[in-house]
Amino acid sequence: MSGFFSPFITKPVSVSQIMLHVLLALIPGIAIYVWFYGPAILISLTLASITALVIEALMLKIQNKPLAPYLKDNSALLTAWLLALSIPPLAPWWLVVVGTAFAISISKHLYGGLGNNPFNPAMIGYAVLIISFPSHMTHWLTPHGLAEIPLSFPDQLNYIFHGMLPDGVRLDAVTMATPLDTLKTQLHLNTQLKDILEMPIYGRMAGIGSEWVATGFLLGGIYLLAKRLISWHIPAAFLGTLFITSGLFHLLDPSHHVAPLFHWFSGAAMLGAFFILTDPVTSPTTPRGKLIFAAGAGLLTYLIRSFGGFPDGMAFATLLMNICVPLIDAWTQPKVFGKKEKQP
Amino acid sequence: MRTLYKFHGGVHPPTNKTQSNLTPIAQAALPSKLLIPLHQHVGSSAKPVVEVGEYVLKGQRIGRPEGHLSSAVHASTSGTIAAIDMQRVAHPSGIPDLCITLIPDGLDEWIALDTCDDWTTLSHTDLRHRLREAGVVGLGGAVFPSDMKLYSHKHKIKTLVLNGAECEPYITCDDMLMRERAGEILQGAEMMRALLYAEEVLIGIEDNKPEAIAAMKSAVVAGNHQRMEVIAVPTVYPGGGAKQLIRVLTGIEVAAGVRSTNMGVQCFNVGTAYSAWRAIRFGEPLVSRIVTVTGNVSRPQNYDALIGTPMDELVAQSGQLPGTTGYIMGGPMMGVLMPSRQVGVIKAANCIIASSDKLFPTAKPALPCIRCTRCADVCPSELQPQELYWFSKAKNFDKAEDYHLFDCIECGACSYVCPSNIPLVQYYRFAKSEIWAREAGKKAADAARERHEYRESRIEREKREKTEKLAAKEKAAQAAKTPLQPVVAAANPDADPENTMQLKIQTAIDRAKEQAAAIKPKNVEQLTPQQQAEINDIEARRARIRELAKDNTDAQP
Amino acid sequence: MFSALLVMAALAIVLGAVLGFAAIKFRVEGNPLVDKIDAVLPQTQCGQCGFPGCKPYANAIAEGTADINLCPPGGEEGIQKLANLLGMEFKPFGGATVPKPKSVAVIDESTCIGCTLCIQACPVDAIAGAAKQLHTVIVPECTGCELCVPPCPVDCISMIPIEENITNWKWKYPVYALTASKQAQ
Ligand code: SF4
Ligand code: SF4
Repeated sequence: MSGFFSPFITKPVSVSQIMLHVLLALIPGIAIYVWFYGPAILISLTLASITALVIEALMLKIQNKPLAPYLKDNSALLTAWLLALSIPPLAPWWLVVVGTAFAISISKHLYGGLGNNPFNPAMIGYAVLIISFPSHMTHWLTPHGLAEIPLSFPDQLNYIFHGMLPDGVRLDAVTMATPLDTLKTQLHLNTQLKDILEMPIYGRMAGIGSEWVATGFLLGGIYLLAKRLISWHIPAAFLGTLFITSGLFHLLDPSHHVAPLFHWFSGAAMLGAFFILTDPVTSPTTPRGKLIFAAGAGLLTYLIRSFGGFPDGMAFATLLMNICVPLIDAWTQPKVFGKKEKQP
Repeated sequence: MRTLYKFHGGVHPPTNKTQSNLTPIAQAALPSKLLIPLHQHVGSSAKPVVEVGEYVLKGQRIGRPEGHLSSAVHASTSGTIAAIDMQRVAHPSGIPDLCITLIPDGLDEWIALDTCDDWTTLSHTDLRHRLREAGVVGLGGAVFPSDMKLYSHKHKIKTLVLNGAECEPYITCDDMLMRERAGEILQGAEMMRALLYAEEVLIGIEDNKPEAIAAMKSAVVAGNHQRMEVIAVPTVYPGGGAKQLIRVLTGIEVAAGVRSTNMGVQCFNVGTAYSAWRAIRFGEPLVSRIVTVTGNVSRPQNYDALIGTPMDELVAQSGQLPGTTGYIMGGPMMGVLMPSRQVGVIKAANCIIASSDKLFPTAKPALPCIRCTRCADVCPSELQPQELYWFSKAKNFDKAEDYHLFDCIECGACSYVCPSNIPLVQYYRFAKSEIWAREAGKKAADAARERHEYRESRIEREKREKTEKLAAKEKAAQAAKTPLQPVVAAANPDADPENTMQLKIQTAIDRAKEQAAAIKPKNVEQLTPQQQAEINDIEARRARIRELAKDNTDAQP
Repeated sequence: MFSALLVMAALAIVLGAVLGFAAIKFRVEGNPLVDKIDAVLPQTQCGQCGFPGCKPYANAIAEGTADINLCPPGGEEGIQKLANLLGMEFKPFGGATVPKPKSVAVIDESTCIGCTLCIQACPVDAIAGAAKQLHTVIVPECTGCELCVPPCPVDCISMIPIEENITNWKWKYPVYALTASKQAQ
């Protein structure tokens, strides 16, 4: 018998299926990533996945929880993928391993495991890495076609695992700062915004390559929305706020503030809107709460990007808003059936 | 076209209704015995009015309603009372309750019935009384005594909603009843409308029952019923919940703890309307009901089954298949697993599903809640089930109540969609019964405190009075010793002799009173009428014992 | 540097003063606390805590002279509530004090001689009767304190545990624990 109590039937949907769909939705973005930057990202995805599963199993073992149902829930994999997608692919292998291990062990299991972690584990992992190893976190691969010397797959492998580049190639020659980062540095140097955007690394809306990766994530996000795996509230409120704030600044001072679309398609905005902020465990549960949460994250992301010390604000904005989730939930409890003011 | 309203959420589980609604309602065979519980309704249990060995006729009252909120219980067929004892009943606890076992004589002979050709000649009070005596209760599952619901305070009710939605999967008893006996249902509805002084009657039927809708519609026309409308409502679970159906048809949301009558609506199940009609028109008490037998059986079917029919005998008529693991009373969403297969069919039993591992596979282990809010998306009461789960699990009952635990109608939609397979409703049931128990405990503690304090103050008072009396006596003694005494007496030399006489009488009376008080029973100052009744009972028993003792001594020599 | 220290010190002093003032101003008055504790106690009035009733025990707890784990009828839950109320650690029952299932007293009517001793012992006046007449326990009022049992000269009072029936039955806590050991089964 299915338990001994009603309901005796359940809808055939499981946590692992939901997570699997989210993983699938990441694939278009990843494919475009590979197209523009080569297969290095696949290495970090694999490394992160293996680390996540091993650490997850270890933590479950320590807590005497059963392995099978939890390992199969795919949540650790999702954390691993999100983290791997947030850090530079051409980085020493231990960087992604350390980040993932930290994300799974400390920020997930120390808080009680699946469903109990207040902070997005992938973003905690990212934050730890960017604070501890800032230099490694700024060397992003140069997109295909822009690099002076294109790195072959064996070269990338060699660097990741042995820290060796082909003879005569310096790291700077094959990597660059992100388009967002470059924008910030150049603005500090008082370069005209117009001239900055003339630089070869910028494409139609934002960075060449990265704008297409973001488009890939947008596609994945639309798939999630269509499948009703996420609700529209968070992406809409996040992208909306980001658009409005950046648009306002752009209107007021177009010479120092880029257009809203630039913000949408740079950095982790798309990934964040559809995959990171929507993590159900660390976001509010009420519809109104979701709107407030995502709007807050959008505002913070913009502020950190434009005025803060870090190149991208997504991670810190997410973490800051994560703190507020219990409060937002408590404040936004909806009126229940029959207890609303107006009745026909 | 009437505008229909929507309620939040809802789910669409596979309906599984076509198995059992293809064949007409069959008369169930007379079982070998009937197990009739005395507590089949909301309210206090009926009191048995027959004795073991007594021969009863079909429809004869065997349990009398006790108290304001109660209902009568009747013999479902003619036969002999074999036992009145504690038996397992159709209740999830599996705890025995008082049942009457009736062995049918096979004649199925009715008692003389009090028919009534024209109910409009009867007073409303009389109608209600007849319903109570006929044991008519809500047949949709709530089993609330119908007479109590058919009362319109200040004639405020505008709409009578007749519930034929039947949203639970598998169940088809109302569907079949509406197809086959629509006319009588509507007659019952007319009567209910009159009792409630309601203006309109709205009959809500889910649109997956086109035959029933057609039958009811043509019956409305055939019976020339005015201001009575059959409305097809969208098929969504739990659209047949009383609150949900009222919302869909009228737009009114009846909050938990609020009477729908205060908002101008009353809701009855179609089966109840039918039974009420039979009870008034033909004097037939509620001795049978339509039961869907489905699930792991070879011939799913609706039966007109006698109340008290052992479930296994009923299921056997549909050909129980091997692999049956138990019986579920009700539907798969809100039904309860029966503690035994032999329990008797009760008035609430709209459906019996023979379950098997194939139909209802074992639940996968529950994972932690991932706060995905699928449950909140489907909750018809617009609750936040994940929060309720969190608080109930942590036994943080105050918080659970703050988050409106008692607005939960236990429809099971949340558990149905939860991807973590959490038995959410089970947690809510646990929390609710825990809170009720606590409230009862609190009340008892408060009463005990009050009684204790009263006792303390009484002892205090008695002590004080005693010392005062002692002091007064001493004073008097002292006064007697002093030479002043004559002076006092002299001060009142020509006291009226009658006065002194009166004084003496008064003291004598007082003394007598005091003596009487001494043997007066103690602790009887603060008795509630109920306790008084109990004491009277005990006194009567004592008198009987004394009587018996006398008889015995008489008999001895 | 020096000024910073000064500011910090001043801040500390001000905050300390505010806290001290608050402690005096908002100190829980004696009586409400006793009442709050009394409200948590089950009012069995059995004296098993060593005090002559629930209120005296509540008083003692409020004064800090009694432990919070002395009330068996309250059960572990009662201790937990007291601990929460007083901001203390939960303390398990010590030694011989163990909670028993809730019971009611029943007088064997064939043995009772009507001596009224039990009536005098009952803390909540839950026994009715008069001298030389049979006594009866008013079941709904009985707190199950057992105080009437010892005084009875003919030992005709027994404590019967309250049985679970359909009306007082409770849904159980769902046990779908997900542990490694369970999976191994
Ligand atoms: S459906 Fe289940 S997992 Fe999702 S929020 Fe509700 S209780 Fe949690
Ligand atoms: S069982 Fe209760 S909480 Fe769950 S969906 Fe139904 S009403 Fe909502």
